Amino acid sequence: MFIDPHAHMVSRTTDDYEAMAAAGVVALIEPAFWVGQPRTFVGTYVDYLSSLVGWERFRAGQFGIRHYCTIGLNSKEANNEALAEGVMEWLPRFALKEGVVAIGEIGYDEQTPLEDKYFRAQLTLAKELELPVMVHTPHRDKKRGTSRSMDVCEEMGLDPSWVVIDHNNEETVRETLDRGYWAGFSIYPSTKMGNARMVALLRQYGGERILVDSACDWGISDCLGVAKTARLALESGIDAAVVRQVTYANALEVYGKSGQMHATDWLNPPPIDQRTLFEGNSILRGGRDPLVETPAKMRRDNLIIE
Amino acid sequence: MAVSPLELLHEWVARQAGEQTAWFERELSILAEGGAAESTLHRFLGWVPRRLGRADLTLTSADLARAAQARRGWNPSGWSLDGAARVAGLLAFQGERDFSAIFRDLVRTADARELITLYRGLPLYPAPETLSFEVGEGLRSNMHGVFEAIAHANPYPQDHFDDHRFNHMVLKALFIGSRLGPIVGLEARANVELAGILLDHVKEREAAGRAIDPELWRCIGPFAQDVGAYAALADALAGAPDERAAATLALMMAVDTPETRELLDRVPEMRRRAIHGEIDWNHLTCDEVA
Repeated sequence: MFIDPHAHMVSRTTDDYEAMAAAGVVALIEPAFWVGQPRTFVGTYVDYLSSLVGWERFRAGQFGIRHYCTIGLNSKEANNEALAEGVMEWLPRFALKEGVVAIGEIGYDEQTPLEDKYFRAQLTLAKELELPVMVHTPHRDKKRGTSRSMDVCEEMGLDPSWVVIDHNNEETVRETLDRGYWAGFSIYPSTKMGNARMVALLRQYGGERILVDSACDWGISDCLGVAKTARLALESGIDAAVVRQVTYANALEVYGKSGQMHATDWLNPPPIDQRTLFEGNSILRGGRDPLVETPAKMRRDNLIIE
Repeated sequence: MAVSPLELLHEWVARQAGEQTAWFERELSILAEGGAAESTLHRFLGWVPRRLGRADLTLTSADLARAAQARRGWNPSGWSLDGAARVAGLLAFQGERDFSAIFRDLVRTADARELITLYRGLPLYPAPETLSFEVGEGLRSNMHGVFEAIAHANPYPQDHFDDHRFNHMVLKALFIGSRLGPIVGLEARANVELAGILLDHVKEREAAGRAIDPELWRCIGPFAQDVGAYAALADALAGAPDERAAATLALMMAVDTPETRELLDRVPEMRRRAIHGEIDWNHLTCDEVA
């Protein structure tokens, strides 16, 4: 049983949902993000947020996967001030929707003053609404950007145990953990973490406060990042308890602080959900017919992500 | 004096909400006072499932009878506790804007479960004809639960849809595999146009080698002569047990013509079962255990 705590499913196909369900993903978290090009109307952003709590949740449920999301204004679009101001007005409405487990993914891209302004404003919102935070750390100038993100969280009075610093690597993880934050790792080919490197980190750091996610999106990425990393870790002799922590339990613990995510959601869903929104997880029901010779299987067997 | 739907919802939620009852009743009275901002309503709607949980609303048959008395055709079976509380809050709210403006805004930002709740409440809202656009959006939804919140156990379509919208709701139900039986007023609103479209649908399905939902014969039966459905009905009488049952029931609704009589004479046993109530539209095969 896995949770993928960072997956942008609006960009993915039903084939991916099928593969994730077959690989044992029971729940995932879809952070609000930049969709590959800027939105230029507040309304398109609002409809996007609406699809995260509506249609995409239903779509995931059809494959037996419980869908949660985080609500936020991402760092790139924070640079469009008119858009950002408009979106900020709508955020509180969405942040209290069912299944919203955090404010995120927020933080820095180019580390501009506007990014800083809206990062801080959203940290305040998270505090007010008693929600965890998912922080996107920048691709460029990563080490300093990550430190700065944590500095600002502390300046704004956030409790590090309520904050996930995502997209960590070997250079940032020590500080993230030492300062008391949760450390997310995105198993994403070429630009973020590889899963063999991830296994080495698990060997070094163990499983406490570490989360593995796929961050799969519209780029070349792998929706089975969590499942493959778990398998590779087990095959490499990492303790099964550690693997469970980083691919399931930690995500549930930190995002469960929202009060919006419980293991019973997928283990024993309310009858109303079973009638209307959630098809039930075939893995938990004892398995559907094995998906043989499908792209899902081919992708599952290609274990290494580099 | 008849009890209002709001009073009923209030009573049902209060008795099931346990220690949250006081919170619920306090919020309801704040919403009802007038002068409360819409954001108060939004917050209430957001808090309801967090406070009350998401169990099914527990109702007795007496409750259901009172519901039907309070609002003709209202059937809250299948509602959830949080759904009932949310609709109660919405009904209680005394806002500055028209109900339709508030409703449109709620639909726009609703999550999946909220959409289902908002549409289930349709028969209870003021000025129901002003909600037509949002209802259309709900019918066009790809989320089955949202579509069924309007189409099933809801008297709104029977009361407010024109034939075109009603017919397309029936067609969509067939296309997405939803039952027709729970559509309120299905027989009362059936019309010759719908029968013709459904007969075309039967032919299209046959051409594609796909199965036909036998429930559709219920809307064709009364117009069998007008739309020329006798040959198709004859085929159905020779089909699988549920198709034979449905075609028999449909012919028993049809205008009494020599063709109707001739077709019914082909299936004396089915006809006997129908007359004795061993089959009906909710039980097309009699080997189903009740």
